[in-house]
Amino acid sequence: MSLDTVSKAQANPDSSQPFAELGLKPDEYARIKEILGRRPTSSELAMYSVMWSEHCSYKSSKVHLKQFGDKAVKTDALLVGIGENAGVVDVGQGYAVTFKIESHNHPSFIEPYQGAATGVGGIVRDILTMGARPIAVMDPLRFGPADAADTRRVLPGIVAGVGGYGNCLGLPNIGGEVVFDETYLGNPLVNALCVGVMKHSDIKLAKAAGAGNLVVLYGAKTGGDGIGGVSVLASETFESKGPAKRPAVQVGDPFVEKVLIECSLEIFAEDLVVGIQDLGGAGLSCATSELASGGSGGMKVQLDKVPLRDPSLSPEEILMSESQERMCAIVEPSKIARFLEICEKWDVTVTVIGEVTDGNHLEITWNGELIVDVPPRTVAHDGPVYNRPLAQPAYIDAVAKEIIKVPLPTTADEIKATVLKLAATPNLADKSWVTDQYDRYVQGNSIQSQPDDSGMVRIDETTHLGVAVATDANANWSYLNPYEGAKLALAEAARNIATAGAKPLAVTNCLNFGSPEDPGVMWQFAESVRGLADGCLEMGLPVTGGNVSFYNQTGAVAILPTPVIGVLGVIDDVRTRTPMSFDRAGLDLYLLGETENDLAGSEWAYMHNQRGGIAPTADLQREMRLIDLLVAGRTKKIFSAAHDLSQGGLAATLTEMVLRYNTGATVQLDNVGLSLLSETPGRVVVAIDPAQTAALTSEAASQKIALTKIGTTGGDSLVINDAKISLVELRKAHTETFPKLFG
Amino acid sequence: MKIGVVTFPGTLDDRDAARAVRHAGGESVALWHNDADLHGVDAVILPGGFSYGDYLRCGAISRFSPVMEPIIKAAQGGMPLLGICNGFQVLAEAHLIPGALTRNHELHFLCRDQKLTIENTNTAWTSSFTQGQEILIPLKNGEGAYMCDDETLAMLEGEGRIIARYVGENPNGSRNLIAGITNERGNIVGLMPHPEHAIDSLTGPSADGLGFFTSVLKALVK
Repeated sequence: MSLDTVSKAQANPDSSQPFAELGLKPDEYARIKEILGRRPTSSELAMYSVMWSEHCSYKSSKVHLKQFGDKAVKTDALLVGIGENAGVVDVGQGYAVTFKIESHNHPSFIEPYQGAATGVGGIVRDILTMGARPIAVMDPLRFGPADAADTRRVLPGIVAGVGGYGNCLGLPNIGGEVVFDETYLGNPLVNALCVGVMKHSDIKLAKAAGAGNLVVLYGAKTGGDGIGGVSVLASETFESKGPAKRPAVQVGDPFVEKVLIECSLEIFAEDLVVGIQDLGGAGLSCATSELASGGSGGMKVQLDKVPLRDPSLSPEEILMSESQERMCAIVEPSKIARFLEICEKWDVTVTVIGEVTDGNHLEITWNGELIVDVPPRTVAHDGPVYNRPLAQPAYIDAVAKEIIKVPLPTTADEIKATVLKLAATPNLADKSWVTDQYDRYVQGNSIQSQPDDSGMVRIDETTHLGVAVATDANANWSYLNPYEGAKLALAEAARNIATAGAKPLAVTNCLNFGSPEDPGVMWQFAESVRGLADGCLEMGLPVTGGNVSFYNQTGAVAILPTPVIGVLGVIDDVRTRTPMSFDRAGLDLYLLGETENDLAGSEWAYMHNQRGGIAPTADLQREMRLIDLLVAGRTKKIFSAAHDLSQGGLAATLTEMVLRYNTGATVQLDNVGLSLLSETPGRVVVAIDPAQTAALTSEAASQKIALTKIGTTGGDSLVINDAKISLVELRKAHTETFPKLFG
Repeated sequence: MKIGVVTFPGTLDDRDAARAVRHAGGESVALWHNDADLHGVDAVILPGGFSYGDYLRCGAISRFSPVMEPIIKAAQGGMPLLGICNGFQVLAEAHLIPGALTRNHELHFLCRDQKLTIENTNTAWTSSFTQGQEILIPLKNGEGAYMCDDETLAMLEGEGRIIARYVGENPNGSRNLIAGITNERGNIVGLMPHPEHAIDSLTGPSADGLGFFTSVLKALVK
């Protein structure tokens, strides 16, 4: 194929171009011609097609995501906000923490191992790009029914991919979720979160400032993998027919990334870069256009200098390739020698591919011929914006009228059977089969990981300062009421931070939805964003960034609306955290918060094939008082243990607590069925030494949080009223589910 | 006392091993894989990780790193040398200890808190323990199954060169539940689980791992 150049595009304005195959709509193609005043060259078309994809441009979500800015919390804690590779939060003592969550759903369905692995790799590079050392990862995962054939195909591969990549990078995996639901069959969700830490002065931004500065590409060589990943794969629904999309999945090499991390941190430590950007979705198209539009405005790139794994790649393919483990830095000429030296020390391939210019032209040449000449902002930021039609789906009113009818246990035998059944159900069963494939110890700073409410890592060995992170989504509630569902997920994640006594500080999100071209899905999305923005404003928590994944849909079946909310918290002394359970007898157990009839959207209702009713309403004022109580309980040393109630209600919480340190409990409950199974939000079980009774009563009263004594710790059984379940049989039920299902 | 901690490209637990040395009261010295000398250290630790991405075979490439030459020479002269996990694999590839490490029998990476019994307290790295002491430290690896021929196994058993054994169910398919072995002289130890992650119950399952690091400091004083 002959090279298409800018001069050819001017000379042959009417050549037909395959814009539709690249995922562009006719009006988008027309808009590109209008911007350029001519037809795009094939390389320009490639760049616009990937950068204007749903995945990169947020064209369907932008009008809604604006609310995160409009309703932004005024806070000094936010050092870098939405728009950069990841937000950065001040956690005190001169430390800044950056964290972000992203999806890699579609690639993980096609190629589970590589899809999940490169999902981890991508988010880790985003964190590194901010100037931070990555210190932990988490991975919320969602699958079709646990016993479905395709789940057995994708789950082991995805888990091995998350572990294979993260373990090899030396990043502790400190938590996540594993959730099963029919709607994720064919659309598994792989969300990956990374946390990084740096000093305030080390923050780096994606900007190419200073004409004459050099554009440096370093890391892996560019290959033919992942071409069109964002436009073809992540921005369309799966159909049962059609060509295989396997080549669009990137293939990762964690060893190269590990070396890239250490090499980059050494480069940052010597202050050798003006700006930096990782190469993720849309590869070089994204990095060059974003760096240029974030800085002086112009850039000249000699594309033929890019080191290739496959020398037959065309310029268009090089621009679209999503080969992993690559970074693009802007370096002053006086510092390039040292930059190259550090790359050589780490055996990292490094090439100067261009320079920063004044003006408004991103010019890319191929063997001296001009093949791209575009205003970089038009590629990176001025993509199409859609105000897509939205309409409340018909099911919303229908499900609201449904009355949940599930058996509620009353006799001892029924209570025992119910608790054992819940302990063993895949959504609540022990997840060690998954988490034992992840290294949770590396770096030597892990304080909490699964099955704790949150992951917690120490960031300073001398002062014992630490951060905690939790991710949560309750898609059942979001299905019934997406506005409340998003708020409730936020509240749960914040509560999961606070049970350990850490203070919630900032929010990230990964919004997983069906097709935005379906008005009902678009309504679910809009309501979720509105709920999250309102919730964050009310709780005073800034949104630092996030990610939208649309088209999680097979045919007409969309996934449940699944806004995964990540909350970051800070704890001044990790040694004083409140553990999630007790390891001794003689403590009193109390329930904080009131239990209502909240079976709608509960795990128990789901287990009885009921997905109707009215979701709870989030009471964020009460949640904030509960958080204050939990933090005070830690600092005043009132609590011996604290554990959140969520899916599976009190039954699941008690199961997890007694099994954690193999110490039983005896509880006495009124209205036992509802008490065990209702999922009313805003509740926590705490264990206290009886000597702390007055202190607890007074703290709870001052925060106006209902307090009920439910029992005491000790023994080798979980005793609920007159039902006695030995820890041995409870553990067997809880732990054998995953090995039985997945080997 | 100065303990060198080697970093190969892809090494992960180097900072943890250095921290463990400091907690035990020693001075840790970072050794780079390309170093031609050992900067005067008294002992060396080859930490865990995925050096060279486990390309070819675990430890097969690192074994040829420039720093290995002076390390092998010094260890053959009696310098204490500990290989943890990937470091154990490097020791096997360098034939400083017999046998090989292969994929876990269940073919998964496995990270869990593992009980071990200490079976030989006469090495440079285990003298702080008591014979038969049970300890709890993290095990985390994908290729941790210790394999050797019957003759070697009989020799290791006969000479008391198995320094630690897994307690309970075999976690990875190692022969005779072997978690760690030593050379004839007792200065070189290969260990699959990770004592450097168990120096403090705040960040590990126990502080039992510290014994390996205090042992070597004691051995060096003698």
